[in-house]
Amino acid sequence: MRVTIEVNGRETSADIEDRLLLVHYLRNTLGMTGTHWGCDTSNCGACTVWLDGLPVKSCTTLAAMADGRSVRSVEGLEGDTLDPVQQGFIEEHGLQCGFCTPGMMMVARALLDRDPDPDEATIREAISGNLCRCTGYENIVRAIRWAARKQAETGRSDREAEEAVL
Amino acid sequence: MQVPAPFTYERAGSVDEALSLLGRYGPEARLVAGGHSLLPMMKLRLARPEALVDINGLAELDYIRVDGDHLAIGAMTRHAAVLESPLLSEHYRIFAEAERVIADPLVRNRGTVGGSLCQADPSEDLSAVFAALRGEVVIRSTGGVRRVPMREFHVGPYETAVGDGEILVEVRVPIRTSVGSAYEKVERRAGDWSIAAAGAFVVLDGDRISDVGLGITAVGAEHFTCAEAEAALVGAQPDDEAVEAAAAICASSCNPTVDQRGPEDYKRHLVSVLVARALRRSIAVARVGSSRGVED
Repeated sequence: MRVTIEVNGRETSADIEDRLLLVHYLRNTLGMTGTHWGCDTSNCGACTVWLDGLPVKSCTTLAAMADGRSVRSVEGLEGDTLDPVQQGFIEEHGLQCGFCTPGMMMVARALLDRDPDPDEATIREAISGNLCRCTGYENIVRAIRWAARKQAETGRSDREAEEAVL
Repeated sequence: MQVPAPFTYERAGSVDEALSLLGRYGPEARLVAGGHSLLPMMKLRLARPEALVDINGLAELDYIRVDGDHLAIGAMTRHAAVLESPLLSEHYRIFAEAERVIADPLVRNRGTVGGSLCQADPSEDLSAVFAALRGEVVIRSTGGVRRVPMREFHVGPYETAVGDGEILVEVRVPIRTSVGSAYEKVERRAGDWSIAAAGAFVVLDGDRISDVGLGITAVGAEHFTCAEAEAALVGAQPDDEAVEAAAAICASSCNPTVDQRGPEDYKRHLVSVLVARALRRSIAVARVGSSRGVED
């Protein structure tokens, strides 16, 4: 079948087998290997991407299900600069081997869009579908808190700059 | 790499179209909603449908609303929507308490109420919730609509009353007043299936229990409930003696299997503890609610 899927704002299209999973569409058909392919059983969350704005596990989503819909992967996080979530993982050493990182960051971005100032319990609940085999959860939680603080500061300075201009 | 065996993918834009596709492909076709149970089973070849009819686009089945004296939940309502529904929480906190411990937030973004019930896993949580609440399911086919009480819905493990060419479209729960409800689950790790779980609702009339429902999952309870324990509670005073007696009936009448989640005696013990906790918390909430008219 032919699918057309918007990936990180860009239209992609390919002839695929009906049974192709979204994670393999991204990695093999498009060559976008930022999304990791982990447990294959919807447990580990390494394959997390957004589908129409909601984080989902792409190893348990058919590429066909995303036909005509929009997907955001870790490659779509970075704008002109790193996303605060990406910077937070650097600043707070939020990764060791890095395998869970793309999924963790996609969940973190979705969380902060919804709740810009989450407490630790909220962060832990949000990442409870993502496993870190290095067990580096403490630093992952810190990284997300760092991103939340950074956004708040940047938001404030942006507002102050706007007010100064006015 | 685990991939499903080949199949034909079809997408339905309406319930009528889904029924027509099911008719065209026959009994080897399966509906797929969130797919978080079916796709893993297809990867393992435990399921091998020739065609999948994708009903994720059926917005007409995605709702939670009051319909007369019932709460009506569309089959395509996602777990996340049930968890966050103020309407459901206002009437029955058992929904949010159960949803909070169903899988994880990512799975809850995709998994649906109808999909979970139709998968009919013997450890599934909403089966116990709707059994406790004495819900009923609404099933559509090209021939019309029929309703099945939740306690007659499960025919066996992974088998339901939904036949070939039929779609579960809605689940309905009676609205009750002076009611309290609760859900208690023990799992090995966050997001896992239950070792055992129990849910309850209790309606108080003065100092007596006037109505009660119990839901039990993962331990082979008949129809995900225990009618004998419910019968023992109706008319009783809502005290420790009645709660403990009912919990003991549940523990002795279920049929837990020995597996990696634990031995039989441990699971029976869990059932008795969890049923008692769910009943006590339901009673406490009902007491508050009976003075205010709604569940707190």
